[in-house]
Amino acid sequence: MSRDRPHRRGLLKALAALGGLAASGCDRLSNDQHFRSVLDAANTLTYRAQRLLIGAHKLAPEYTEADISPDFRPNGSTDPQDEEYLDLADNGFADWRLKVDGLVEHELALSLAELRQLPSRTQITRHDCVEGWSSIAKWTGVPLSEVLERARVKGEARYVVFHCADTLNEGSEIVTDPESIRYYESIDLVDAAHPQTILAYEMNGKALTTPYGAPLRLRLERQLGYKMAKYIMRIELVRSFDDLHGGKGGYWEDRGYEWYAGI
Amino acid sequence: MAAVLDTDPPAAERWFRRHAGWVRVTHWINALCFVLLLMSGLQIFNAHPALYIGERSDFAHPAIAIEARRAGQGIAGQTLIFGHAFDTTGLLGASRQGGELTPRAFPSWATIPSDQDLATGRRWHFFFAWLLVINGLAYLVLGLASRHLGRALLPSGGALTHIGAEILDHLRLRFPRGEAAKRYNVLQQLAYLIVVFVLFPLMILTGLTMAPGIDSAAPQLLALFGGRQTARLIHFVTASGLVLFVAVHLAMVLLSGLWNNLRSMITGWYDLGEERRTAASRQ
Repeated sequence: MSRDRPHRRGLLKALAALGGLAASGCDRLSNDQHFRSVLDAANTLTYRAQRLLIGAHKLAPEYTEADISPDFRPNGSTDPQDEEYLDLADNGFADWRLKVDGLVEHELALSLAELRQLPSRTQITRHDCVEGWSSIAKWTGVPLSEVLERARVKGEARYVVFHCADTLNEGSEIVTDPESIRYYESIDLVDAAHPQTILAYEMNGKALTTPYGAPLRLRLERQLGYKMAKYIMRIELVRSFDDLHGGKGGYWEDRGYEWYAGI
Repeated sequence: MAAVLDTDPPAAERWFRRHAGWVRVTHWINALCFVLLLMSGLQIFNAHPALYIGERSDFAHPAIAIEARRAGQGIAGQTLIFGHAFDTTGLLGASRQGGELTPRAFPSWATIPSDQDLATGRRWHFFFAWLLVINGLAYLVLGLASRHLGRALLPSGGALTHIGAEILDHLRLRFPRGEAAKRYNVLQQLAYLIVVFVLFPLMILTGLTMAPGIDSAAPQLLALFGGRQTARLIHFVTASGLVLFVAVHLAMVLLSGLWNNLRSMITGWYDLGEERRTAASRQ
């Protein structure tokens, strides 16, 4: 046994040094583009595997009134200060129109009243934030498929992009190009057609309030919260989102988060 | 000790092929995955360091939470576990980063990346989660096909009756020698069975339960674990169980012949010679 000791000491020292190297090594790997693209491959695998598993129709769980959170915290933007938005809000969104354009046969400009006329769906669902918490609320809105049907989506379209009103300030810097960091998100046509994908104008039985995305926010129940764009101004059908802003299909995606947020 | 005893076995009997190649490969891949999943998992946990019971988060009443509180001129770290508060300043809740005490659930040396970066932490986590699962499936398939799982991990009836004596021996750091060292002892078998068939499957299933996409395919998972937030709690607690296992595992590896153990898990060859000499001298 005593013969093991010098080996043991040397090995332990080597392991400790290795541990230290590994820690700083991992950080450097995180910043390496090639390594990152290897890691990203996992998300493509997850997307494909989940699509195989859940397809177009599987529904996210729905709950009862008793399950509704009394403490649902608003997250992300909660009080947009963009002039355009504030003007619209001042007038109770009477002048707000949801624009639908891009790869569609008929461009639309729908008012809140018109959206409320369309078929509606009410669902009590669980909102999972990427941070880790969950809250349950009741949402009422028009299924996105109803709106897209009326716009008649063209064959070459592959994604639905949501352009929002809120500019997220990067720290305290003055925003010189507001277009570059207004919130935006995108989904594929499978999710766009899903029955639980609605443009919500009501939360817990009352008109949507500012912290939660008034006048209209997306509900995308089989993915995480950051996908569910608030303060929607315009819906655009596109073939690719590569040339849009950072090219990753969403505000948070441009900042490192996955485009497919089913996990 | 330098004298060669006449009970020294010939070289052919000294060296025992303890671990098959596929056991060694899957073992090291699993070890790598576990470390990276743990450290990226702590990064993810740090984004919302509070765990709840149920489907939704009752923010005012977490089951477990790590936070920073104001204390005097600065801050202190506090860990709440089912209503009991512990001061964990310096480690959990508040730890030093660049000399200064900053609010942070798990310290930067324990997370990948080391600074606050949920997006990158998730990338690491979900890549190595896939690798863990694929490697784990390979281990199970090969283990069943080669009968290794049954032969090596299932305790024989006789072994279970000696479990009390085994526990005492282990506590006294008296490890099996010679012929007995060729097989896993009953404590190892039980530990590995629990890790392979309970702890890791729980990690994977609770991980999947937290995925909103998976919930639509298998809402039974939510029923099984008592809701998405309970699943998150179980995920964390089970991970702690695995950390405990690894700590004991490493201690045992270290104390029962580090070099021999490591060699057998790298090259496959285990030296029975030393054990036999010691056993002979004890008779």
